[in-house]
Amino acid sequence: MAVADSGKLHLPENVVVSRLDELASWCRKNSLWPMPFATACCGIELMATGASKHDLARFGAEVFRFSPRQCDLMIVAGRVVMKMLPVLQRIWQQMHEPKWCISMGACASTGGVFDTYAVVQGIDRVIPVDLYVPGCPPRPEQLIQAIIDLQDKIQREGTITGREFDTPSRQARKRALVELVDPLSLDASRNPVLQRELAAEAESFAGRS
Amino acid sequence: MPFTPPPVDDVIAAMTGRFGGLESTVFRGQTRLVVPVEASLDVLSDLKQRGFDLLVDVTCVDYLEYRDPPMQMPSCSGRRYGLVYLLASTTTNQRLTVRVFVDDPKPTVPSVVPLWEAANWLEREVWDLFGIRFEGHPDLRRLVMPEEFTAHPLRKDYPLQGRGERHNFPVITRHES
Repeated sequence: MAVADSGKLHLPENVVVSRLDELASWCRKNSLWPMPFATACCGIELMATGASKHDLARFGAEVFRFSPRQCDLMIVAGRVVMKMLPVLQRIWQQMHEPKWCISMGACASTGGVFDTYAVVQGIDRVIPVDLYVPGCPPRPEQLIQAIIDLQDKIQREGTITGREFDTPSRQARKRALVELVDPLSLDASRNPVLQRELAAEAESFAGRS
Repeated sequence: MPFTPPPVDDVIAAMTGRFGGLESTVFRGQTRLVVPVEASLDVLSDLKQRGFDLLVDVTCVDYLEYRDPPMQMPSCSGRRYGLVYLLASTTTNQRLTVRVFVDDPKPTVPSVVPLWEAANWLEREVWDLFGIRFEGHPDLRRLVMPEEFTAHPLRKDYPLQGRGERHNFPVITRHES
């Protein structure tokens, strides 16, 4: 290492000094391997994003793998029904750390127009989600923007040991929305979820006074 | 020019002659035959012997709080479920709809799997979504809903958004995955 008389560090032109965390994040963000969990029409836009016109390869994320053990980015594209949910969770658990999840489209994020008994109202109720893409279905440009944003996020807060996943905000369970069985009558007697919510509200209120 | 199937007057005449008291109506060229549940297996097997070799569909309608008696037929009024059997003949092109009405509690009809093998999954679907029992079915399990599901969601008294089943799952946090 060349140290001049003045104590200043002199480096050759082709040497860059960085932190190891940033170097690891830089490598990770430019080689995201997506796991296409495509269940509906969003999956068609996902394919279009990977195809030649929009060319996801420009962002290093073109290697779609159909084995979760080779992936680090799960893109949930489409509605998830309750029968599919154990499969979604198992695939997510089979992916290696570090891993991220993009919820693509209105259905994966909120259930969309399918507010029925069979459709899960947002996958963030059951697995952790890093980015939400609005749209029905989103344009490929929106998905590309999401991947760029995810790359920024990885570069900004990524660490080589994955400490950023252990923060309290990442660990917190998302508060499930109150399920309304009958929105007109708010009949709590038929709804165990609503009963739990109401009981928790009453308990916290009693603790405050 | 839409396809109009050949008339089934001969079949209707033969069936009413043999079983008696069967009601039938015609709507836009399609004939429906209402059969009491006790005679349904006999009627359907007789129809199969008369050439209705293709079972197109088995489905059901829940007439709970329906505004009129179904099909303006006195014999089926008050019964809640109306089974629908769509039959076709591949030799004569005749088509016939058979209706069987059953009621709560424990609505039960005889299975037609011995007659048409195609009825196997169709009857499983009706059992899954409407809760109609098919006596004599070789393997009456749920078809489309998860196995642990307890309700029959296409019944009219089942709420559209369910009873919380869709969120009755463990939550995976970052720490657990």
